[in-house]
Amino acid sequence: MRFELSDRVQTVPPSGIRRFFEIAEERDDVISLGVGEPDFATPWAARDAAITSLEQGKTSYTANRGKRELREAISDYVADRFELGYDPDEEIIVTAGASEAVDLAFRAFVDPGDTVAIAQPSYISYEPGVVFAGGDVLPVPTTEEDDFRLTVEALEAAGADEADTLVLCYPNNPTGAIMTEADLEPVAEFVREHDLTVLSDEIYAELTYDGNEHVSIATLPGMRERTIVFNGFSKAHAMTGLRLGYALGPADAIAAMNKIHQYTMLSAPTTAQHAALEALDSCDGDVREMVSQYDRRRRFVLSRFREIGMDVFEAKGAFYCFPEVPEGFTAEEFAEEVLREQGVAVVPGDVFGAGGNGHLRISYATGLEDLREALARIEAFVEEHT
Amino acid sequence: MSEREVLELLRENARYSTADIARMTDLEETEVEAVIEELEAAGVVRGYQAVVDWDKLEQERVRAEVELNVRLDRETGYDDIAERLARFPQVTALRLVSGDYDFHMEVEGDSIREVSQFISEKVAPVPEITQTVTHYVMTSYKENGIELGDGEDDERLSFSP
Ligand SMILES: Cc1ncc(COP(=O)(O)O)c(C=O)c1O
Repeated sequence: MRFELSDRVQTVPPSGIRRFFEIAEERDDVISLGVGEPDFATPWAARDAAITSLEQGKTSYTANRGKRELREAISDYVADRFELGYDPDEEIIVTAGASEAVDLAFRAFVDPGDTVAIAQPSYISYEPGVVFAGGDVLPVPTTEEDDFRLTVEALEAAGADEADTLVLCYPNNPTGAIMTEADLEPVAEFVREHDLTVLSDEIYAELTYDGNEHVSIATLPGMRERTIVFNGFSKAHAMTGLRLGYALGPADAIAAMNKIHQYTMLSAPTTAQHAALEALDSCDGDVREMVSQYDRRRRFVLSRFREIGMDVFEAKGAFYCFPEVPEGFTAEEFAEEVLREQGVAVVPGDVFGAGGNGHLRISYATGLEDLREALARIEAFVEEHT
Repeated sequence: MSEREVLELLRENARYSTADIARMTDLEETEVEAVIEELEAAGVVRGYQAVVDWDKLEQERVRAEVELNVRLDRETGYDDIAERLARFPQVTALRLVSGDYDFHMEVEGDSIREVSQFISEKVAPVPEITQTVTHYVMTSYKENGIELGDGEDDERLSFSP
């Protein structure tokens, strides 16, 4: 007896970082700049609230869409921080990570044969998510010349006017790019003109630097009714392992996502919901402190790459930067050799889709001591090989 | 503004090189040096010290937190008493505090005997001091914002999306 794998599963290739794991295993002095999650522990107040909720035996399911109190807190938070107005009863769903919310959206809105345009380089889960839902992926590459922002020219060149849905993620994983309101306006116009829906992954919204405040595309005229916004607690509140995120959108769209969620997940982790409530209630200071730490590291890393002589665009969001590999290397080669020879783990940009080739994703969600050492090793590697 | 940032970084780790501080703040290295010099000259930065976990050393180090009550008179104010106490090298910190007592004093020595002798022979006899309560430190968990536990290992996977 053998399981017949579904076509959907078979068409998705294995993850591009698998191979690097195995190389990293061979050394015990690896410093990793390949990590896509905060190095900070969850703010203590949030952990304490989770512990207290466990002590009190609050371990049952919650409402499908999440604890009402938490949805209210989310509603207040997104209004306060990002000028987003969503009703806690009808327009918010709490999920097991933003990951679940993204998957729910693909399954709720994508039919077989539908085309989903994805601004790339991008987080690696979108493409498989579309394929699992039976849709067709249309990559829309962004370029370093545009600071990895999505432009109408890129959308047109890719033929996205024919697409049904557009996925975007700013601040971006893996490039660290952000989009200002002025950058978003022409994209919004394109989307309205060609009647696309938008799935906007804003999980890095709190992590912007240099005086830039995150702007959600859903706040632009005519966009709210055609946009689902994803956010969560993994990045800004350093809660990755607690698995908690949420989606915001018009009532009927959220109801459709909830229909899947109620059968496949029932409700998001209860303990995590208690932690999240406290995180929104009292942990803003912790978030600000983490943001200022990331910002210092960001400037440090950008300066070091310039000193090393590697081109790097001025990333202004998330906790990544995206330098170019020196001539004579592909990104894959550079990543593999710098790992073997110097024990520094980085992710080749190709993994993140179109537009990522020739670049490396560098995560600075790592302490300064390690960053300093890792960059010294990269410097030695570049000096030796160029 | 840059003063504040440099100060924060020095408070985080006084051994950051000026080059690294420059990279983290987008200042020139010479600017960072100038800011530090100013901070020192203005007496904002009074010194740089290591944060030590004495439990990790063979050699004993005794520390005490001492509460002091004082009686003031027309000639003697808090500052006068403080000045007199602060001169002793055994006193590592001295603060006037609100609440049930007046001064909070930290004292260090190589043995309990040395510390208690210091308090009974040098501190208690000061005429304005009416009462001393000495608490010996048994275990320290956090010093200068640094936790002294074993720390948590980084359990993150070396690659994640
Ligand atoms: C862009 C982006 N979206 C979503 C996620 C997943 O977030 P969560 O932990 O909330 O599922 C990540 C995690 O790396 C991410 O980078």
